Amino acid sequence: MKKRTEMIIGIALMVVLMPTMASAMHIMEGFLPPVWCISWGVLCIPFVVLGLVSINRTARQNPRVKILLAMAGAFAFVLSALKIPSITGSCSHPTGVGLGAILFGPAAMTVLGLIVLLFQALLLAHGGLTTLGANAFSMAVAGPLVSYAVFVMVKKAKGPRWLAVFLAASLGNLMTYVITSFQLALAFPAEVGGFTVSLEKFMGIFAVTQIPLAISEGILTVLIFNAIVSYAKEELTHLSFFTKGGLNNAQ
Amino acid sequence: MRSKVIINLLLVAIVVILAVAPLYIMKDAEFGGADAEAEKAITKIKADYEPWFSPIFEPKSGEVESLLFALQAAIGAGIIGYGFGYLRGRRRKQDEGAA
Repeated sequence: MKKRTEMIIGIALMVVLMPTMASAMHIMEGFLPPVWCISWGVLCIPFVVLGLVSINRTARQNPRVKILLAMAGAFAFVLSALKIPSITGSCSHPTGVGLGAILFGPAAMTVLGLIVLLFQALLLAHGGLTTLGANAFSMAVAGPLVSYAVFVMVKKAKGPRWLAVFLAASLGNLMTYVITSFQLALAFPAEVGGFTVSLEKFMGIFAVTQIPLAISEGILTVLIFNAIVSYAKEELTHLSFFTKGGLNNAQ
Repeated sequence: MRSKVIINLLLVAIVVILAVAPLYIMKDAEFGGADAEAEKAITKIKADYEPWFSPIFEPKSGEVESLLFALQAAIGAGIIGYGFGYLRGRRRKQDEGAA
C-alpha cells in the first residue's frame, strides 16, 4: 500500500516537475508556500513605493539622467538573460542590479529589478508570479541594498573607485542568492536538523554556483561604470550622490 | 590611453575564462539550472510537496525559450548601445564646439 502511494506521488511529481525543469535561478513558480509568497511580497511594497518616488524625483530634477536610468535597467536586462556555466556543474545568471544601485540608490533599482523579474516570469516561465515577492526581495531589494552599502563603505575607507564598484556589484550579486537560499530554507526546513541543514543545502546549490558569476558581474560592472564616467560626467555630477564628493574626489 | 585598452581587454578575458573553464573542469556535469537542483533538494526534504501554481505561459521548447532569452539580451544591449552612442556623439559635439 505504502509503496503504491509512494509511486503515485513519484509519478505525479515527475509529471508536474518535468515541464519546469528548464533552467532558471530564481525561486520557481508555485515552489513557495502561499504564506511565504505573501510575506515576502508585503515586505517589498515599501521599497517599491520608495523606488517610484525616488525615480520620479530624479527624473524631474534632472531630466538628462533619464538616459542613464534606462541604461542601468538595460544592463540588468542583459545580465539576467545570460546563463553562465559555473564550477558546480550547473548554470546561473548574474543580476546586474549593482550598477543601478550605485548610480541611483537601492530603492530605484527595486523598481527596475521588478520589471526584469516580471518580464521573465510572464514570458520565460523563469521565476514566477507567485514567487515574485520573494524573488524581488532577494534580487531587487537585498542585492541593491548590499551593493549600495558596500560602495559607500569602500568610498568612506578611501578605497579606489574600481574596487568600490567591483565589490559592490559582486557582493550584491552574491547576496541575492544567499537570500534565495534563506527563503527556501525557511520554507523547507529539513525534517532532521531543520533550518540550518536546509540552508546549507540550498547555499551549496545557489550561493556556491554564484561565486564565479559574482566575480564576472563585478568586472563587467566596473567596465560599464568606467565607460559611463568617461562619457557622462555631466549627468553624474547631477546625481546628488556624487556631488557629496565621493566620486569626484576619487578621480 | 593605450594601457587602459589593454586592461579592459584583460578584464574581458577573465570574464570569458570564468565562463568557459567550468566546462573543462567539470567534464561530466550537466550544466542544468541551479533552480532545477533546488527542485530536487526540495522534493528530497519534503517529498509530498506539490507546486500549487504553474506558469501561465511557458515557452513550448528549449528553442523558443532561448529565443526569448536572446530577445531579452538584445533589447537590453540595444538600449545600452543607443545610450553610449548618444553620449559619445554629444561629447564629440561639445569638443568641436569648444575648439
